Amino acid sequence: MTALVFLIVYAGVLAFLAGCVARALTYARMPAHLRWEIYPVPHEEPERVAYGGSYFEQPRWWTKPLRSHWVTELRFMIPEMIFLKGLWDHNRSLWYRSFPFHFGLYLVAASMVCLVASVALTPAGVELSGTAGVLATAARILGAVGGAGVLVGALALAWRRLTAPEVRNYTAPGDVFNLIFFVVTFGLIGAGLLSRPEGAPGAWEVTRALLFFDTSIALPKLLAWGLVAGSLLVAYIPMTHMSHFIAKYFTYHKIRWDDVPMRQAQRLAKEIARYLSYRPRWAAPHVMADGRRSWAELAMLNPAQKGDQ
Amino acid sequence: MSKFTRIEEMWRPDDRPLLHLTNEDLMPLPPPLNHPSLDRPWTPLTEAARQQYECRLDDTCAVSVPKPKSPAEEAELVRKFLAGLDKLFAREDNWTFLQPLVLTLEHCARCQTCSEACHIYEASGYSELYRPTYRSEILRRLYFKYVKHGGLVSAWQHGDIQLNWPLVARLIELAYRCNLCRRCAQVCPIGADNGLVAHELRKLFSQELGIAPKELHDNGTMLQLKVGSSTGMNALVVKDNIEFIDEEISEKTGIEVRTPWDVEGADILLIHNAGEILAWPENVGAFAVIFTVAGLSWTMSSELAAYDSVNYGLWYDDVQFARIALKQIEAARKLKVKRIVLGECGHAHKALSVVADRILLGDANIPRESALTLLHELIMSGRIKVDPSRNDFPVTLHDPCNVVRLMGVVKPQREILAKIAPKFREMEPHGVNNYCCGGGSGFAIMSGNNFADWRFHVSGRKKLQQILNAFQDCLDPSIPKYVCAPCSNCKGQLRDIIKYYGLWDSNRILYGGLVELIVNAMVDVKPGFIDWEWH
Ligand code: SF4
Ligand code: SF4
Repeated sequence: MTALVFLIVYAGVLAFLAGCVARALTYARMPAHLRWEIYPVPHEEPERVAYGGSYFEQPRWWTKPLRSHWVTELRFMIPEMIFLKGLWDHNRSLWYRSFPFHFGLYLVAASMVCLVASVALTPAGVELSGTAGVLATAARILGAVGGAGVLVGALALAWRRLTAPEVRNYTAPGDVFNLIFFVVTFGLIGAGLLSRPEGAPGAWEVTRALLFFDTSIALPKLLAWGLVAGSLLVAYIPMTHMSHFIAKYFTYHKIRWDDVPMRQAQRLAKEIARYLSYRPRWAAPHVMADGRRSWAELAMLNPAQKGDQ
Repeated sequence: MSKFTRIEEMWRPDDRPLLHLTNEDLMPLPPPLNHPSLDRPWTPLTEAARQQYECRLDDTCAVSVPKPKSPAEEAELVRKFLAGLDKLFAREDNWTFLQPLVLTLEHCARCQTCSEACHIYEASGYSELYRPTYRSEILRRLYFKYVKHGGLVSAWQHGDIQLNWPLVARLIELAYRCNLCRRCAQVCPIGADNGLVAHELRKLFSQELGIAPKELHDNGTMLQLKVGSSTGMNALVVKDNIEFIDEEISEKTGIEVRTPWDVEGADILLIHNAGEILAWPENVGAFAVIFTVAGLSWTMSSELAAYDSVNYGLWYDDVQFARIALKQIEAARKLKVKRIVLGECGHAHKALSVVADRILLGDANIPRESALTLLHELIMSGRIKVDPSRNDFPVTLHDPCNVVRLMGVVKPQREILAKIAPKFREMEPHGVNNYCCGGGSGFAIMSGNNFADWRFHVSGRKKLQQILNAFQDCLDPSIPKYVCAPCSNCKGQLRDIIKYYGLWDSNRILYGGLVELIVNAMVDVKPGFIDWEWH
């Protein structure tokens, strides 16, 4: 049975990675859109970021050097990524539910990194000690706190989904299912670890066994079910809007903050020239698309002038 | 009627509107309008309009789509809608906004953080129908069902929808209950954009079904492409009008101005929103005075569409948008000017400076500059000398969304006001967080049926609240007050709403542009440029 569970875990992780890459590629391969930024744009000059200004504020802006400040951008991004600052600022009551959930996931991910590092630092047959021991302890603490955060957060979010009037119109059965999926997975893993009999393998041993495909360990039943649920969950995430950690890269960097002027974007100009040769099929008469005319040609036509009609 | 509208009601087959609002339902206003009974009664939609047009969304009707005459006609319209939906998500047809649209639909967490940011939703007393996510939810479900061809599992994951003509008819109207101000998008933690959804729906209806409000299409982009301006003025008329303005302004200010036309090699091609020429000639004249005193090398162009900076395509149609932008650029190229300066028109700023940027390849990418930046340079450098004591009255500043939140021009106008208006006070919130005037995305020029009533009561209400709050300490009619709105469309909305509520008569609240305030303070100019008369 252990071998089967392990194979499911490997498959789950692979499906997660493949799903994430596929989704990221789908978005990355979409054509560059027209500019659509919203201010503040945090890589602007720091004094302008403070109030949301742009390079357009400078007289003859096109003659001035345009610099992109990654430090100020990071100053915005880190609090957003780690602490969900936007939600704190604009939707505090949701933050109290969403933050434990998301931060819990980060802690669980950190705990897994510590476990892998600890196993890697511990040769076979050698007792856990030194740095590896510290890492194992850190993993236990991070895992426990993170797992509890995810559980509490997911339950609170599910409760909101089921009861809050503002999401009544916007809650499909799948939304509740997603959150319950987290609750069940983390509940099973937590219960599996806490209730395992004396001498049964814990997180560290399971990590080691997984890394070396050591199927000789006897997985406690609950923990085995937890691992299966977790594998299915990670495989499922990229198929849903929960993969917004991928989407956010594009919505922030490629849309909201994408203020590069065309005068400085030679490669983009080539791409746009290609899009302008696309042949749109819009059917309204004023568009004058006939399946043969390109965007560039249509843009030069004038539906209000006799000669062009 | 309940203010909670379920998603399923959108495909309700009957003709009854989904929402009816009364003054009691709306967001309260400060004095002097601090009770629903002090508000104006709504003009109801006429029975004739209800009979003739698809008005089954709410109390008004912005697009006036004629009712189909038969079920077959309805079915045909639904078929066309589906064809348009398909194109909205096809690379070749909609490369212009495909990526942000798909990201918004696939990743909105439906958390509702954006709702509180929307002035329309708030002003309507939090009516569900106007929640920024309501129309997006419809498009999202349609996307997963008809574009991604999701089956039962997809419906379980994303929610189901039934496509019929009533749904399409309501969606056409609902696409025009959003100012495209993108304040909602600014606060979205995911980066989703419900304003864009409204924009894309409008495009689908225009580019596929040929459905758009008359004011934007027939009398907007089409008229501009036909005669040169959405005001209907051809080049001869516009030159005539400008000549008249030059004469009037020269007399009024004591500065001899003559607007140069079609000067090859000039430094600046100035493009006004031509609506200014007819409705606010003093704005156009003020520019001429400032440019003359500063000794700038400038010109206006009499080429088609190049003496009118408006580009209504920005709000509903990418193809029309591109056509107008290219015409304006072409005129600048022909004159070999070094830069285009955009007068006080917000959407023209964003259209030509930002949104059109990527289709202006090579030489076509002539620099475009905001007049606010140029004016700032002229005043701060001392080329224009001002005496602030001439503007000794309370002034507040409206931030046009297209110039401020969507282009990042925030500070120049403030620094100018700090220099010329000693009683300047900010409204709250301001800068990039300010609210739309309520006339954005074409509403300011849309008054068909009783739509103007809707924009006064609902979309313009938040701005009205901000203005009244900014002047609470000086509401007394003996004190003249000035709302500075450096945008033609915003001024149109402010003019209409101030008039509607009689705030000039009762409280002496006037509105106007920035250049009028500058000229009013210019030491080289005869005092008293601002008339303090209602117009
Ligand atoms: S658009 Fe953004 S803020 Fe609004 S519901 Fe979707 S994810 Fe939340
Ligand atoms: S774009 Fe503006 S008006 Fe439209 S939904 Fe968003 S906040 Fe409301």
